[in-house]
Order: sequence, then structure tokens, then C-alpha cells
Amino acid sequence: MSFETVCHIDDITPGTGVCAWVNGKQVALFRPSRDEQVFALDNMCPFGKANVLSRGLIAEHQGELWVASPLKKQRFNLQDGRCLDDTSVAVASYAVELRNGEVAVQA
Amino acid sequence: MSKQRLVVVGNGMVGHRFIEDMVEKAGGENYQITVFCEEPRVAYDRVHLSSYFSHHTAEELSLVKPDFYQKHAIEVLLGERAINVDRHKQIVYSASGREVAYDKLIMATGAYPFVPPIQGNDSKGCFVYRTIEDLKAIELCAKHSKRGVVIGGGLLGLEAAGALKALGIDTHVVEFAPKLMAEQLDQAGGDQLRRKIERMGVQVHTSKNTLEIAAEGESCRNTMHFADGSHLETDFIVFSAGIRPQDKLAKQMGLEIAPRGGIVINDFCQSSDDNIYAIGECASWNNSFFGLVAPGYKMATVAVDHLLADGAAPNSQFEGADMSAKLKLLGVKVGSIGDANGRTPGCKSYVYQNEEAEVYKRLIVSEDNKKLLGAVLVGDTSDYGDLLQLALNEIDLPEHPDALILPAHAGGEKPALGADALPDSAVICSCFDVTKGKIAQAVSEGHHTVAELKAATGAGTGCGGCLPLLGSVLNAELAKAGVEVTNHLCEHFAYSRQELLHLIRIEEIKSFDALLEKYGQGYGCEVCKPAVGSILASVWGEHILKPELVKLHDTNDNFLGNMQKDGSYSVIPRMAGGEVTPQALAALAQVAEDYSLYTKVTGAQRIGLFGAQKDDLPAIWQRLIDAGFETGQAYAKALRMAKTCVGSTWCRYGVQDSVGLGVKIENRYKGIRTPHKMKFGVSGCTRECAEAQGKDLGIIATDAGWNMYVCGNGGMKPRHADLLASDLSETTLIQYIDRFMMFYIRTAAPLQRTSVWLENMEGGIDYLREVIVNDKLGFNTQLESDLAKLVAEYRCEWADTLESERQLKRFNHFINSDKRDDNLMFVDEREQHRPASFEEKQRTLQAKGDILHLELEA
Repeated sequence: MSFETVCHIDDITPGTGVCAWVNGKQVALFRPSRDEQVFALDNMCPFGKANVLSRGLIAEHQGELWVASPLKKQRFNLQDGRCLDDTSVAVASYAVELRNGEVAVQA
Repeated sequence: MSKQRLVVVGNGMVGHRFIEDMVEKAGGENYQITVFCEEPRVAYDRVHLSSYFSHHTAEELSLVKPDFYQKHAIEVLLGERAINVDRHKQIVYSASGREVAYDKLIMATGAYPFVPPIQGNDSKGCFVYRTIEDLKAIELCAKHSKRGVVIGGGLLGLEAAGALKALGIDTHVVEFAPKLMAEQLDQAGGDQLRRKIERMGVQVHTSKNTLEIAAEGESCRNTMHFADGSHLETDFIVFSAGIRPQDKLAKQMGLEIAPRGGIVINDFCQSSDDNIYAIGECASWNNSFFGLVAPGYKMATVAVDHLLADGAAPNSQFEGADMSAKLKLLGVKVGSIGDANGRTPGCKSYVYQNEEAEVYKRLIVSEDNKKLLGAVLVGDTSDYGDLLQLALNEIDLPEHPDALILPAHAGGEKPALGADALPDSAVICSCFDVTKGKIAQAVSEGHHTVAELKAATGAGTGCGGCLPLLGSVLNAELAKAGVEVTNHLCEHFAYSRQELLHLIRIEEIKSFDALLEKYGQGYGCEVCKPAVGSILASVWGEHILKPELVKLHDTNDNFLGNMQKDGSYSVIPRMAGGEVTPQALAALAQVAEDYSLYTKVTGAQRIGLFGAQKDDLPAIWQRLIDAGFETGQAYAKALRMAKTCVGSTWCRYGVQDSVGLGVKIENRYKGIRTPHKMKFGVSGCTRECAEAQGKDLGIIATDAGWNMYVCGNGGMKPRHADLLASDLSETTLIQYIDRFMMFYIRTAAPLQRTSVWLENMEGGIDYLREVIVNDKLGFNTQLESDLAKLVAEYRCEWADTLESERQLKRFNHFINSDKRDDNLMFVDEREQHRPASFEEKQRTLQAKGDILHLELEA
């Protein structure tokens, strides 16, 4: 699977997420800060079964970054998609590359 | 072992308490309980009976948790009266012919209202004040009456007078004695109370001996003739001249009856028949009966302990009761402790009287000036808790006892009665007989808030008078145990919301990052980010969508809509006060139709359009704004709306323009970010059609202005709002609301509704009133100017958003495609549609791509 360029890093307001259409999938992209660092998870909240994770708040717990689902606040790890509140649940995570400010995702 | 058969005659407050205590204690399960309940409903709170007039539900007053009797397999014979008992055969006979055998019998028959032997006392316009049925009859009569008289100026009489006043009746109180509340107050205290009550429009007639009630009159239906030759016309009369023990059945059974009435009991509440106990108002101990609920509850406990001890030494015995009381009658605070009339030989008094503030206080101390024997408090009962503890626990008085009742400005520095000073046996809550020792134990078991202690021990759930003391016992015990009470916002900020708000204000911090850098650590989380975002918005009134703030907000604030379960949003424009023009309604309908939005009237008197896709929101709102709408902030932790009834402009009952006021206050406070959402209600008369007392702020019209209620809630944990101030002019009302809003914004915890905020506030509504009405903290001018600034800065968030290209871009579902969310699917229902369930979507996976209206299989 190849990397697909989806947007420029400046298109993502620092501290927020956006949703991208990659290879027939909805991918949530998160930019936690002004740094050129972006994480990618599946956009569907596995609890609410709705495409909303990109609209969640980014949070730090236990020294790691998570996104809290806007539906019922379960938190998912930005690195690997595991759920902090229910270890039996996880969402898919995807590789992200940044080239000259362009954000590319492998999904 | 087969179960013992226990029969309880009477299901009043005490009878019910007995059963609760019985099933809670070990051994209680060995009894099969049958209850006779003469009234058509199970036990209810007679102490707060008059609140039936304001709330109008018997359920509200009920003391019995749903399914309680069923759960414990207790047989309740509702509406069935026990008419005779054969003590020899141990059988109770009921009015319906039922025979119930018993091993042990509990008499909890209560009392009946005393009706003086006055000629005409049985006429049509005469009532008593004891049961919900009595109240219903009074209310019905009040509907076609102008004037009502209460006979009896005691505690119950004044309670009844308050109820008549609330019904809009021209109310008179007629008392035989020369003063009001002769049992509890001295002459000066009674006079002070009288002046206050008369100023509220209730006429008081003392030293009046009623001879006759004649069914004639010039302006009313009846005329009362007094022994001094005077007379008083009235439409109806409520007798509330005391109670008598209901001992008729006991007499018939041949139980020993006290000279002044009541079933004679020993220290274990046993009657002259060992198998029969008597508890509550029907019982007479040491030749006196007790017309308060606390001694009755104590008797219930004693009887249960004796039964369960089964011959061994019981855990408790009845030792008489303290008849001290703190009440609020017709809005006047009254407290009476111990020997209020100073009848102890050699006793001395200290008196403080302030006619300007209408306060009267008197201490009665022992001859040696060392112990407090009694006290009278009228107009200000804030010292009641401390004084009661001093009297009950016989604690040595300070050198100058008058310092205990002097106000601070008179040089009196009140010796603080620390919780540590009290012995473990000190009764903190006299309603439920909870000692300091019991509370300390509950604290050590992990109950670390006042709310938890209330639930665990019952303390403070009766009259509530002990709550401040409960709070200080809690704090003292926590300090003793070395428990640090943290109210830190989260792991990133070691400060409470209140402290952070203060720092943000004082140091003029305008961004989350600046605050985090200076006072926090780490990155932030889903708790502190929205909390700080809300504080920044409340303090600086800045646009919620400023780029630096976007990352702080929940999706609702970011997309200015309330996210629904499928990720779509609701669209709810403001309809201040619930008003909408036909033209605006038509525009709204057209938008709903064009965008296929599910349409529903919300619980907040406005119209909600549901199922809007994020990328449609700007276009939808553009059309609504063009039609004259603005955002309703239905997505925000902010004022949602003011619910109004039609009010005096149209309604034939309304006394003030509730819609006008509702529109005005909704527009004044809209958009201001608060710790949690807020709802207002405005009713145009006492019928309260806007249900304002279930709102964070409730306003009810009176003839003289507006009554302001605060901190009510519907929702998860319903709470009736408390009356903060009465008969306010509109100007004063707005001033008080300004202060109330800002004080809530400044001091509440994140996501704390006003109801919980108040319940956690030390000093409760009295403290809040001190702050808002009397400017106790001296910062009301600042609160008002802060609020004025927020009002001036209001802008419609949607109108602003539509003007910004950059903002609009965020509404696209995909950053790299014009496609829409293919997971949004709907199913037709009742001529509209709803989101499809996951299973329904699975069935149609092949039809991906567009928004679908699925046909459900039959």
C-alpha cells in the first residue's frame, strides 16, 4: 500500500483533527501541536459506530496522547489506536509521512 | 423458626419510620409485617405539608420509596381502618371485616386536630389542617373565597396561614393567648414575629376568644363573634389550635390512657400491655405527648430496639425529647431552644433587639452564668445550631454569653464553636438523631463530602438546619485523619476551577497555552481543555471559534451544533421566551424541508431540526439568519432559554407579563458561557405553568413584583428551586440575576449544574442570599460590571462564522474530498425519519455512497 498525499500540514489547526478520504476509507488525522507531527486513526468510533473521531478532543494521559470520542468520551491512543477505557477495543492506526509540509497517509 | 406476626396500626411519618428501622436492623427479617393505613396513600411528609400547595403532587411529599413495601414483603392495607382489637385473642379487626392476628402490635395512630368547642364549628366553611385531603378541600374552597381565618397562632397555625397567603387569600390569624407561638416564644419574641407577619399582609388578632361562627355576613359568608364583643367576617375558617393524641382505639382496647390523653408508655415504648407498643403523637410518656416528629422517630427506634432485643437489654430507651425547633413561618425565621420562657428558677436573660432589621434574640442562662438553658431567636436564626449544641451538651459558656448573639458590628466577636469542642455523643442532626460520633465514623468509612454524608447517615436531610455544622464536623474529621481534600481540575492543573478563573482574571491570561505554561503541566486533556475554554469565554467574552480556542472545545462548540448519535448535528435557532412569528416559522419549515431535517418541538419551547450534515450547516444557518433567526446556543454550556407561560398579556389569570420578561432576560444573558448549561423559567402567576421552580433560575410573578427562585433542576436529579428573594421590582431582579450568574460562573466546578453547586455550598441558600442580596463578599459591583461587559460583547456565533472563509472550511467532512459521510443513513418513521441502526445499515452495505432513506422490512 502506498502513501497518499491528503493535505498540507497548515490545513490542520494545531491541537485539532480533520478527516481525510484515503483509499476508500475515512481516516482521522490529528495534529496535537504546532510541531510537524500528525497521527492517523480510523475515523469511526467503535462504540457509537459513527464517523466522528476526527472531531474529538486531543488529550494527554499516562504520558501518551489520545483522542476522546465526541460521542461518549472513550479515549483512543493516537499511536496505536488502543482504547484507554476498554482494553478489548481498538481502532486501526495508520502510518503518516510528512514531506515538505505535505501530509501523506498509508491506509 | 416461623416468623413473628407484627401489626402496625397507622402509616404516618412515625409508623413508617418504625418499619424502615425494623427492616434495616438485624433480626427484622424475622417479622412478617402488616400495616393499617387509614388514609388513601402511604406515609408522607406532614411537616412540609403546606408545600403541597406549591408543588401539587402527593408523590413529592411521599416518604416511601417506590416498591419499598413490596421489596420487603410488607402487607399494606391502604384506606383500611383498624376498628377494634381483641387483646386476649391478639386479633385486629378492620372496618372491612378483615381479621389480622398479631404477636406484637404497634400503635402509631398519631393525633387529630383539636377543634375548640365553638358554636358553628361544624359548618360548611370550617376545615382542619392535617392531611393532604384537608388541603385539597381548603384549596377548593379558596378558589371562590376572598378571606380566610386560621384559628390558632402556634406553629401549625402560622404554617397554615402561610399556605392560605400563598393561595392569594386575605389571611387572618386568631389566637386565644396574648402572643403568637406561646409555647416557643416569650412576649417580646412573639411581638417581633407579629410585626413581621403583619407587614406581610397577614392580620393577627390575639387575646381573642371565639364564641360563635354564624353563617351570615355582609361581605363574606361567615361571621366570627368574639367574647370581647368584636366580630370578624370571613369566608372560611381553618382550625389549627393544636393536636390531641388519637387514642380512641386504645381506649376501646382497654389500654391505660394518660390524664391529658395518649397511650401511657414506659421507657421502651411499651403500653400497659407488654405485647403492644405505642409510638409518636399517640403515645404519652411521663404524662406528656410530643407533637414534633423528632421525638416520634426516637420512639420508633426505641420500640424496634426493644422488640429485637427479645428480652435482652435493648440498645436504647426513650428519655424524653428536646422540643427545640428552628423554623421558617411565613418567611420569618424563628428558633426556640429549651426553656424559652425563662421558667427555671434563678435564671438570667441576655436580650438583643434590633427593630430596624426586625431581629430579636434572647438567651436564658443558669443562675451561675455557666450554662445555656434556652434561647429565643426571631428574624435571624443563624446562631441556632451553635446555641442548641451549647444547651444540649451543657458546654460551659464563654465569659460574656451575650457575645453569642451580638452582631459583629456591635463589637461582639462570636466565640467559634468548633466541631472539636463537641463530644461524640452530641446530636448534630436532631431530626434523624445523628450524633457527631456517627458522622465521624461515616467519614472514616470514606464518605468525604456533605452530600455523601447526607446519604450515608441521613443527617441534614430533615429540616437542614444542621448542614453548616455537618460541614464543619466533616472538615474537622478530615483534617484529623490527615486526608487532603483535593479539588484539582485534573492531572494537568493542581488548581480548582475557581482558582484558575481567578488566576486568568487577575493575570489577564488569554490562552490555554499561556495558562498551561505558567500554572500547569503536560499537554492538557478532555477535562481541562473545555473547562479552561469555558473560563476564557466567560471572563474575556471572546469568540468561541478563535483559532487558539478551537482545540479546547468539544465538537458541539466547534461546529455550533449538538452532535447526534450518528455524527450529524441538530439545528436549533433561538426563540426567546418561546415566541415565534408565523413568517419565521414558515422560513424554518422551508429549510427543514429542503434539507430533509427531522423536526421536533424541543423540551425548551423551541423547534429543533435534526440530522443536519456538518457540511450543510453553514448553508442552513445562512438561510435561517436571513430569515431573522440567530443561534440558540443549544450546543453550548450557556443559557439555553427562558421558558415562559403566556402571562398577563393573554392569560386571564396572569398577574405580570411573563413572556415579556422571559424574552428580556433570555436576550440579556444569551451566549454567556457558564460552567454548565442553564435554563430559566418565568411564570406569570402562582399557578406556575412555566415550571420555573425546576429551572436554574425561576421567576414567578406576584401582585407586587417577581419572586426569584434559584438552583432548581429537572433532569437526572430533580430539585425544586429555593426562594432567594420576593416581590422584586424588575430592576432589582435583573441586578440579582446578574450577580447570581457571575457568582455561579466564578465559583462552580466544571460541568456543575447550579443545583449541585448550591448543595455543595457551605451555608446553602442562606449564604447565597447573603452574597447576592446583602453583598456579603463586597464584590457585587464588580460582578455586575463583569456581566455588563459580557452582555455588551454578545454576537451571534453563527453570523460571525458565516463571514469567515477559514472557519467555513472546517465544516467539510473530508479535508481532501467533496464526498459526504456515507455512514449517515435514515429510516422512515411517522412521516419523518430517524438514523438507521447499525444492523439496518449492515443490510444495505451494497448501496453505499448517498444518503439513503431505507425501507424497513415489515
